[in-house]
Amino acid sequence: MSEVAEPRTSMVGVNPSNIPLEDYDVSQRELFRNDTMWQYFDRLRKEDPVHYCKDSEFGPYWSITKFEDIMKVEGDPDIFSSEPAITINDPLEEFDITMFIAMDEPTHGDQRRTVQGAVAPRNLANMEEFIREQVGTILDSLPVGETFDWVEKVSVELTTIMLATLFNFPMEQRHKLTYWSDVATATPGPDSLVESDTDRINILMRECVPAFMGLWQERAAAEPQFDLISMMAHAEETKDMATQRPMEFLGNLMLLIVGGNDTTRNSISGSVLFLNENPEQYKKLLDNHDLINTMVPEIIRFQTPLTHMRRTVTKDTTFGGKQMKEGDKVVMWYVSGNRDEESIEQPYDFIIDRERPRHHVSFGFGIHRCMGNRLAEMQLRIVWEEILKRFKKVELVGEPVRTNSNFVKGYTELPVRVHAI
Amino acid sequence: MSKITFVKHDGEELSYEADNGLSVMNIAVDNLVPGIDADCGGECNCATCHVYVDEKWWDKVGTTNSTEEAIMSLNPDRQTTSRLSCQIKMSDELDGLVINLPEFQY
Repeated sequence: MSEVAEPRTSMVGVNPSNIPLEDYDVSQRELFRNDTMWQYFDRLRKEDPVHYCKDSEFGPYWSITKFEDIMKVEGDPDIFSSEPAITINDPLEEFDITMFIAMDEPTHGDQRRTVQGAVAPRNLANMEEFIREQVGTILDSLPVGETFDWVEKVSVELTTIMLATLFNFPMEQRHKLTYWSDVATATPGPDSLVESDTDRINILMRECVPAFMGLWQERAAAEPQFDLISMMAHAEETKDMATQRPMEFLGNLMLLIVGGNDTTRNSISGSVLFLNENPEQYKKLLDNHDLINTMVPEIIRFQTPLTHMRRTVTKDTTFGGKQMKEGDKVVMWYVSGNRDEESIEQPYDFIIDRERPRHHVSFGFGIHRCMGNRLAEMQLRIVWEEILKRFKKVELVGEPVRTNSNFVKGYTELPVRVHAI
Repeated sequence: MSKITFVKHDGEELSYEADNGLSVMNIAVDNLVPGIDADCGGECNCATCHVYVDEKWWDKVGTTNSTEEAIMSLNPDRQTTSRLSCQIKMSDELDGLVINLPEFQY
């Protein structure tokens, strides 16, 4: 648990080749906040792609660093279970919060099926015009020529409106969704939104659960509609969840809120950063707007909005020549798989017209593969279509501030200036 | 070479001659058939190449394997003749195959 962590040797600022592989601990948050994790993963992929870390803030764990190996682990859910948790951090014992992303079959499938339709491509087509209008309104309100924070004014605002739409949550209270999402993923600490993991659960139980309970009861009493709460309140597998299984209710709300919020938000921010770092790609885009279609999955690969997913070994097994024991934590580092030169050509280059841009691991694979993947792509596509109609450049004018997390890979600030056409 | 026809959900037909041994997914991707994204590249691991086999061809194409079943079972739009097209290999026996493309994937 994070609040009782022992001080450990930091890997920050040390040349990766000066640290023995056996002492590697790539779960250290500072590596991600400083964007210095890359060379550690490069060495692991080359020298010890299935790596055992004997001691960390989160206990011992295996690192899976190659693209193909990640796909193998995801494809074998009988050996590599999603229970009890899908991040390196273990859940609090006193709060048995559960969500379908952290469940195995058959419960996972039963619950996922009830909400999957809301984000299926067919339903997305109905949402497209609404999203486009919202994006237009946000972009039209930006202060042209002045410096402002892109994260706050565009990325957060847009993904929040999107979330409120998916839940049919009162639009005027939509900022609560962002707040709860941030509470759910914040790293505890004195300067953080939450002081401890217990504090986190208390905030959510006190504010988020009652708010959704009210909406749930309202939707359950009404005819079925096409929002996530209504779908869950009416489906056989989930309709008793809010009243009978409150922790499961909270867990699944958090899954849908965080899943649809942080990830897209950080990809929208990342896209501005990457195009500024690669002016020749920005020029290519301005010359040919059709490249948005291949740029969007490339943004998602390059950003890798979640650094990892975790599995737990269900029985002793051999993987990549290593002996794994029942109960071992296995961390699939998506952030590393997406830079694996054996699976992706020039993986460190941001190339907006790749031949197979969707060949990345950001969404995971197998039965737990991200169900909002096409919604995320649609949001990014619309954002860029609308930006190109209005601005000749979204110019980065300062250093980005990165999220202090080993799970959510993103930005808390991105100072920009927009230049009208 | 064998003939294969993809029928889009709006009824438009796209026909190609393809080498035996290629998967239906490969043929679709090579010809930019819409709605077959094949994100994982043919590993039976992403379900973005979901198709409905035309009923007349179902017996010849054969049934799903267990990995395919696990991943397709999550889809509420799954039908009795659903397959992942990366798992169907073209052969002389399948010359003339008709594949329907689901609207949900478009």
